[in-house]
Amino acid sequence: MTTPSSAVGEPVVDSVLAADHGLTDEEFGGLCDLLGRSPTWTELGIASALYSEHCSYKSSKIHLRRFPTRSRRVVHGPGENAGVVDVGHGWVAAFKMESHNHPSFIEPYQGAATGVGGILRDVFTMGARPIACLDSLRFGEIDGERGARMRHLVDGVVRGIGDYGNCVGIPTVGGETGFHRSYNGNILVNAFALGVCREDRIFTATASGAGNPILYAGSRTGRDGIHGATMASEAFDSESEAKRPTVQVGDPFTEKVLLEASLEAMRSGVVLGVQDMGAAGLTSSCFEMAARGGAGVELDLDLVPLREASLTPYEIMLSESQERMVFVTQRGQEEAVVEILSRWGLEASRIGQVTDSGRARLTFRGRTVADMPVEPLVDGAPVYDRPAAAPADLQERQQAVACEPPEDPLRALKDLLKTPELGDKTWIHRQYDSTVRSNTIVGPGSDAAVLRLKGTPSALALTSDVNPSYCWLDPRMGGRQAVAEAVRNLATVGAEPVGMTNCLNFGSPENPGIAWQLRECIEGMAEACRAFDVPVISGNVSLYNETEGEAVHPTPTVAIVGVIDRLEDGGTDGDLHLVLGCGFWRPGDRVVLLGSDSGEYGGSAYQRLLHGVEAGRPPAVDLEGESALCALLRQSRRAGWLSGCHDLADGGLLVALAECAMARGIGLRATVDCGPLSLFSEGQARAIATVPASRTEDLLAAAEARGVPAREIGDVGGDRLVLDFDGGAVDSAVADLRRVWTEALPRAVG
Amino acid sequence: MKCGIVVFPGSNCDHDVYHVLSHVLGQETTFLWHQETSLEGCELVVLPGGFSYGDYLRAGSMAAHSPIMAAVRRHAEAGGRVLGICNGFQMLLETGLLPGAMRRNRDLRFLSVDVHLRVERDDLLYCSNYRRGDVLRMPIAHAEGNYADTEEALDELERRGQVVFRYVDAAGRLEPVANLNGSERAIAGICNAGGNVLGLMPHPERCAEEMLGNRDGLGLLAGAVAAGGGRVGALAAAGG
Repeated sequence: MTTPSSAVGEPVVDSVLAADHGLTDEEFGGLCDLLGRSPTWTELGIASALYSEHCSYKSSKIHLRRFPTRSRRVVHGPGENAGVVDVGHGWVAAFKMESHNHPSFIEPYQGAATGVGGILRDVFTMGARPIACLDSLRFGEIDGERGARMRHLVDGVVRGIGDYGNCVGIPTVGGETGFHRSYNGNILVNAFALGVCREDRIFTATASGAGNPILYAGSRTGRDGIHGATMASEAFDSESEAKRPTVQVGDPFTEKVLLEASLEAMRSGVVLGVQDMGAAGLTSSCFEMAARGGAGVELDLDLVPLREASLTPYEIMLSESQERMVFVTQRGQEEAVVEILSRWGLEASRIGQVTDSGRARLTFRGRTVADMPVEPLVDGAPVYDRPAAAPADLQERQQAVACEPPEDPLRALKDLLKTPELGDKTWIHRQYDSTVRSNTIVGPGSDAAVLRLKGTPSALALTSDVNPSYCWLDPRMGGRQAVAEAVRNLATVGAEPVGMTNCLNFGSPENPGIAWQLRECIEGMAEACRAFDVPVISGNVSLYNETEGEAVHPTPTVAIVGVIDRLEDGGTDGDLHLVLGCGFWRPGDRVVLLGSDSGEYGGSAYQRLLHGVEAGRPPAVDLEGESALCALLRQSRRAGWLSGCHDLADGGLLVALAECAMARGIGLRATVDCGPLSLFSEGQARAIATVPASRTEDLLAAAEARGVPAREIGDVGGDRLVLDFDGGAVDSAVADLRRVWTEALPRAVG
Repeated sequence: MKCGIVVFPGSNCDHDVYHVLSHVLGQETTFLWHQETSLEGCELVVLPGGFSYGDYLRAGSMAAHSPIMAAVRRHAEAGGRVLGICNGFQMLLETGLLPGAMRRNRDLRFLSVDVHLRVERDDLLYCSNYRRGDVLRMPIAHAEGNYADTEEALDELERRGQVVFRYVDAAGRLEPVANLNGSERAIAGICNAGGNVLGLMPHPERCAEEMLGNRDGLGLLAGAVAAGGGRVGALAAAGG
């Protein structure tokens, strides 16, 4: 074996060059020790990608260990391309969420599109057919002249997500979109995908069996996306515009045929392991596959299909060209896979083989360009316990500001409904195909999306949630709340949570205040996961979301998948009511308010959006109370008592009632015994349920048995929303509210 | 009835149509690969929705040149049933089996939304479960569904009774706001002179089961596999 060497014209590697690659002196020293020499240019590129925050989780690993990751349903926890849970009847679900924040800020259309592409590959790499996507988006201020660039970003991101998912034919069934000035310099694009497959058809990304061939399939390798993983691990500055070439370019058609061809190849029986080429491209796919299998790899980079012949080994290993996969097949069986791929019009070539050396050895034009030990580089990447301390201004933030009751609650309601934050999101949803694959029972715009699982009596429910203001004011409580709200959203449709994924979006962990936010959010989420018995099965960490020192609000996006065991149980009078979403639909139904108000306004939409105040403590999350409410909702759905259900979230009771009324233009008349301010409280563990009068007693009795406060507050009917409260009343035509609400977003993005 | 669903690279509604034809309607259903040259004896051929070849040149244009399309053309010209949904409708336009062309939607954005359709013909086999004037609710999901042709050709199409579905409001009225993609004369679906080839932009296969909250599309697919070839010819006579 020849010692690897840099080629003529390649830079000589030293600590300065290593620093340019984001490696600290210690990391570079460690790398030299590991190799017993200085790395070559190609090796430096590889190590910088593997040591990047994006690939190594070096700043978050220590905290992520707090998450519970096991349950009787978990088949594969964190560490695979996607987590896998058993959803019953011989089926498993694979899902994950991932960020594409940095690329989307630089080039919104391609950034968002390739975010969807990447997460879909993560799912079908597991052998699961993707059946749904969610997108959690955070933008900055979009109003006025200042918002011009942000409007361009909104438009580009939405088009990018739509064009990619629509073409591949995976429905986007939900998600969330928020706006806050903390994202002015760093938007967040978190894409989630869910796939399903028979339990015995799951694949893992493992390279094993010395001599087994490694196949490269899909698009050719070009110069796009080189150092994408490293870019995603840095803060932005005024130079970021120059990074546009590091954004990948997506080709959804190739993704679609790659999806079909890969699933077919996996069914053929000769594929042993599969891995997509995502962040850090060929580098991470080969190293991670080999590490999982305790193996080594030998690659001949001359055999990698290239878009242009002049690519260097360094570029080949770091390219993030999209729609590429690696297959390991049984020796002598690779032709079967090549044949399937070529039937779908895809190129496939053998680029190397698995070895038992435990090393990655790369050759190019007869020269060894890299020879590195696999396991120490992948699993032995540095782990940092960064100094963490509460931000100096935390106490100031948490100082509650007195909250004035609204003089005119109806006016306040309309002012909330016309913000992009609480306005109707149809302008976004209808650019996404939400019904392809014909499984969508409840689509975008409800608390949780519901998809039937063909061939079974069950359905899957999914939702994504987080309230960044709550997290900024109190990261631990905010972390808890994100999980609690997601579980509650699933409960409104009767679904039992079975697994969680997340996307942790924060600023630079090298700032102790941010490191503290990260730790606290994770701790809060982990507490809630344990309380609700929801394992974390996959996830993604996106740090350095800051521009010139301004970090985004801590945004630990949570996505939880739930199971509805028997769909047909969800109706009353033999009908399936789930399909009607969370709005009022049957005049005469009783409206029951579940949970009790605790009068909490810290971080509330009322204070933030109407009074410009973001201060105080966010609503407290009582995990026991939430569990009781969620159990009650699931029981009520199973028993078929409910005709509808909607949880109380951003904006509080009045906004929730208005949302139920605006869904179909059907009003209500109700009375509550609280003052006008309470109508906007965001106290947790609350929901509105509608029930036929004949079922009211059942619901109230079950609520009492579970210790959940419950009160009948009125009846569905008419075309006005009429709510009497202590000292006044709100009375408005539902159509007026609806107009304000539906015009909000189109006007803002106009 | 033996049904064949043509699979092009990029088709993505193939499984959905298969599900309804096979599992809901109990028909013998098979996939036909775009590179084949035989329809394997299928009596109903479905060109499904999706983004064949990524729609990169123009929606449906590359698929129109697939090897199997010669067999589909022969089948159609011999009076066999051909149903094109969404991308499949675009292919039928590209092959010339149906007249006209598609432009980008009026506001240049993809539209995924439920629309209302008015049934304009009930003497077609495909519409044998509907009555003229019925208003159906169906999802659309497309970026290029803005039907266009010359005024003369549109007049001819109307005169021959080839307009089968139009976009209307929930009450069945022709209103500009209900014609979201901007199609000429609110055209959502048309047939050929023989009535055996039907193309439409909305997706009946996505609204054919109670569980999904809407069964308005089932009648169309049930009509497509109904026995009674005699009625297929009726339109030619009616259209003169």
